[in-house]
Amino acid sequence: MTLLAVEGLTKRFGGVLAAKSVSFALDEGEMLAIIGPNGAGKSTTFNMVGGQLRPDGGSVMLAGKDVTGLPSRALCRMGVGRTFQVAQTFLSFSVLGNVQMALLAHHGQTRQLLSDAAVMHRDAALALLDRVGMAAQAGRPIGELAYGDVKRVELAIALAAAPRLLLMDEPTAGMAPSERTALMALVAGIARAERIGVLFTEHDMDAVFAHADRILVLVRGEIIARGSPEEVRADPEVQRVYLGHSGTRAAGRARRPVHG
Amino acid sequence: MEWSFLLVQALSGLASASSLFVIASGLTIVFGVTRIVNFAHGSFYMLGAYLAVTIVPWLLEFDRSPTLFFVGVLASALVVGLLGVAMEMLLLRRIYRVPELFQLLATFGVVLIVQDLVQLAWGPMDIPGPRAPGLRHGVTILDQRFPAYELFLIVVGPAVLALLWLLMHRTRFGVLIRAATQDREMVGALGVNQAMLFTGTLFLGAALAGLGGALQIPRISANAHMDLSVITEAFVVTVIGGMGSVPGAFIAALLIGLLQAFGVLIFPKITLVLVFLLMAAVLVVKPWGLLGRPEAAAGRAVLPEGILDPGRMDWAGKVLAVVALAVMLALPLIDAYAVKVGTEVLIFALAAVSLNFLVGNGGIVSFGHAAYFGLGAYGAGLLVVKAGLPMEPALIAAPIAGGLAAALFGFFVVRLSGIYLAMLTMAFAQIAYAVVFQWVEVTGGDNGLVGVWPSHWAASREVYHYLTAVLTLAAIVFLRRVIHAPFGATLRAARDSAQRADAIGIDVRMHRWLGFTLAGAAAGLAGGLYAFSKGSIDPTLLGIPMSVDFLSMILLGGIQSVLGPVAGAAAFHSLKDFFLPLTDHWRLLLGLSIIAMVLVFPRGLAGAFASLRRRPA
Amino acid sequence: MVDTVLDVTGLRAGYGPAEVLFGVDLTLARGEVAALMGRNGAGKSTTLKAIMGLLTPRAGTVRFAGQEIAGMAPYRIARLGLGYVPEERRIFTDLTVMENLAVGRRAAPPGREAWTPERLFAFFPNLAEMRHRRAGAMSGGEQQMLTIARTLMGNPEAVLLDEPSEGLAPVIVEQMADAVLRMKDEGLAVLVSEQNLDFAAAVADRALILEKGTVRWQGDIATLEADEDIRRAYLTV
Repeated sequence: MTLLAVEGLTKRFGGVLAAKSVSFALDEGEMLAIIGPNGAGKSTTFNMVGGQLRPDGGSVMLAGKDVTGLPSRALCRMGVGRTFQVAQTFLSFSVLGNVQMALLAHHGQTRQLLSDAAVMHRDAALALLDRVGMAAQAGRPIGELAYGDVKRVELAIALAAAPRLLLMDEPTAGMAPSERTALMALVAGIARAERIGVLFTEHDMDAVFAHADRILVLVRGEIIARGSPEEVRADPEVQRVYLGHSGTRAAGRARRPVHG
Repeated sequence: MEWSFLLVQALSGLASASSLFVIASGLTIVFGVTRIVNFAHGSFYMLGAYLAVTIVPWLLEFDRSPTLFFVGVLASALVVGLLGVAMEMLLLRRIYRVPELFQLLATFGVVLIVQDLVQLAWGPMDIPGPRAPGLRHGVTILDQRFPAYELFLIVVGPAVLALLWLLMHRTRFGVLIRAATQDREMVGALGVNQAMLFTGTLFLGAALAGLGGALQIPRISANAHMDLSVITEAFVVTVIGGMGSVPGAFIAALLIGLLQAFGVLIFPKITLVLVFLLMAAVLVVKPWGLLGRPEAAAGRAVLPEGILDPGRMDWAGKVLAVVALAVMLALPLIDAYAVKVGTEVLIFALAAVSLNFLVGNGGIVSFGHAAYFGLGAYGAGLLVVKAGLPMEPALIAAPIAGGLAAALFGFFVVRLSGIYLAMLTMAFAQIAYAVVFQWVEVTGGDNGLVGVWPSHWAASREVYHYLTAVLTLAAIVFLRRVIHAPFGATLRAARDSAQRADAIGIDVRMHRWLGFTLAGAAAGLAGGLYAFSKGSIDPTLLGIPMSVDFLSMILLGGIQSVLGPVAGAAAFHSLKDFFLPLTDHWRLLLGLSIIAMVLVFPRGLAGAFASLRRRPA
Repeated sequence: MVDTVLDVTGLRAGYGPAEVLFGVDLTLARGEVAALMGRNGAGKSTTLKAIMGLLTPRAGTVRFAGQEIAGMAPYRIARLGLGYVPEERRIFTDLTVMENLAVGRRAAPPGREAWTPERLFAFFPNLAEMRHRRAGAMSGGEQQMLTIARTLMGNPEAVLLDEPSEGLAPVIVEQMADAVLRMKDEGLAVLVSEQNLDFAAAVADRALILEKGTVRWQGDIATLEADEDIRRAYLTV
């Protein structure tokens, strides 16, 4: 079933057309990657879907409801979780506190003046941390964690709102290659088990070709190719404008374990 | 109205705009490169004027020529530039890396020091300056007389703008200033000695302030209030123009000059309010000013300066709290003076805790918290004096007045962050101050109002002390509880990462606004209690120095601690009350102390206490 | 004789309470390109920052051209002839291309031909066409070239190049590799931090692998390419 339907999204910055009538759809439990060279409009498109940017034209439908231009806090309440290129967490909180905070927000309890925040939603928060493999670190200040672990906690924060759609902006940026594979496998596992749709942008071709169900290639604000990883990799236009030599090799390498 | 009159009005607006630009350009350049908002910029302006009224008449003794007049003006500017160099080398160099709150306070410390030193050097009297030879006459424009010197000033602004443009685009120093405005560290990694660049920038900035001050001497006498009056306007200009942008400052100065010139025709009494309304309007539409740009996100996420995990109170904290409480309750056993100081300490402790609720817990650096304290005092005082109500309803009205004002101003304030937010809170506090100061019929103006006495049952110092203790301690305990509650945690979360808070569904602006309102209400209650403890109210309760006192208290107590500000208020107020009568140089002393605190003791008393206990015995 | 231009021993550094480097030892020979490899978080950028003085080393020695530079201010290190190209480019977006180059300009040591904008434009032909363009209006790849050109304007003897291929489209990455090879031809020593083995293999003679803040392996790039065990242990999938 179609979860996210994007129709004709358009955005101008000054005279520059950053996104030109971008359309795509995403099903429940599906992982859709947007790739493209720098400045191709990936972030612009992504931020229009995520509520950070208001589109100049077009529409975003979430499970049949028009959510075009809604701010991200409203999207969150409609079931859209979000992770950022540079992990965004609450640095002064513990790992557990970060997830508790997300749960407090999800339950609309942020305006309570007298209850004790430290004891609320502890078990639920621990369960979420357990799902991303971080329960053992629950008591530590999040600032002490390795970056890859911070990204896992960020995923737990996003999951706290029980999202139907996860928006992940370069989920593996800044991580070690081995951590990247593990994080993407974790995301894919959760997405498929819980029928969460995942829309992500990525520079790491290994991550894209190993985990995306479908790929959109964006160049100068337009989608120039779309399809399964195999179709996209075989597209000569994609190879010409984006992948170049080393990228094509990485794209080939990524599937090596699967095929051979 | 005649066209000629309007023209003259416009010209005089342009003349003020021009002067304002000269001063503000220096402030904005210094901010751009050093990222420090230099409160002492107003002091440089004042020093420019004092130096000019000393140097220029001396030069004119030799020959009353226009040349010597301007030589004197430029010499004054250069001397001030050198003072800027001294400030950079002695102070700023040590505080480039500390949080902006501390930077603002440290440079405010310089303001206090300069105020006292200027009085020592030039005495308390205003000193009129000579008029400029060759520009003493008036010029007739469409049948209206207009001073030639003002026409000259109109030319100065664009001339300075043009010279600055050449400096910025045609010299290596200028290109480096622009590069450093964007990325100081990278400029250093490319082999540029930042220390020299910063020193040079301070010379330029201070000299521009000095020039601005020196050019004023034919128009206004050098006086001891020039610094704070000009710095507020200069802040407004740089904020509207966009901090770091010289052309932005030029446009903003023009807007403000003209707004004041014509505003005075329509609303003679509230031109200041008009200016601040313009600022508020601009910031709502363009939060980084007309030509400013958002602060580049800091590369590495750093732990915020403020309350981290509020945690539970440990045994040492509990013992300390019980002892402090016992001392407060036992004060009436000592003497009346102890009771008076104790009452005031309790009141200021509430004000400080409410400020730290914003600063330490919310990362909302308010530089105008006295506004809500003062409006609480006026709310209560006016009800008693003008409406004849007794103390009880007046004390209920005080937090409502503080909260309403905070809700109104906070609506704009919470749209901003960082240094812009600090400057906007200060600007709003100055509006409130101006209204109270100028609305003489209601507020008694400068003199304030007397006769704000407690009800009969609470009239004795001791009973009032206990009443204050109950109310302030209840409010402090409540605020502490809120810090531990989801609402307080939400404010900390929004401080840590507004983007993340938004993404988990938190309406950051609304929570900040509620927090600002709550803190304003608590400060208002403190103000109301203060009014009855003094029996009077006056505009100093809303002034910048009062806001700085509150900030000094939380700084002294430690902004990373929930109850540290209570200790800070006790220490600060007892010391002030003890030393103030003993010295003529309280400001000098306070200024030096603030600087010392920022340099030596940035984590405050609570921080010192904590590190003392962490040390192995 | 191998002439060492940069010699780092026992370098320790970190951010606040976090320690990142636990004693890094490395050398860079005159005119050599060495790749500093390792997973993200291994300490590659931190090593370069600590050498450059952007982070104060907590222990260890850093000798550059025979002089101890640990603890020196970055501008003094730059003036000794060590150039630094940061990971995030950090060009001055408000300045034109020419002005960016002007910020980097320092006199050449005696006996060496100085870099001029004209020479650099021959080196990076893309930049020549946009010398008066605001740097902020350039593409990511062009900005990356400008940041290298800006550092070369200081006439360094050695350059620390932090992740030049990060975040760039593969076509641009190939141009970057080409630029590094030409810097080598000019006699520059380059220490390049890199995660991408293809890129490292294209430009470097030698590789050093960092893990958890120390150098775990060093040797020829060819050896590294041939040895899957080492790669699997320290680098990628």
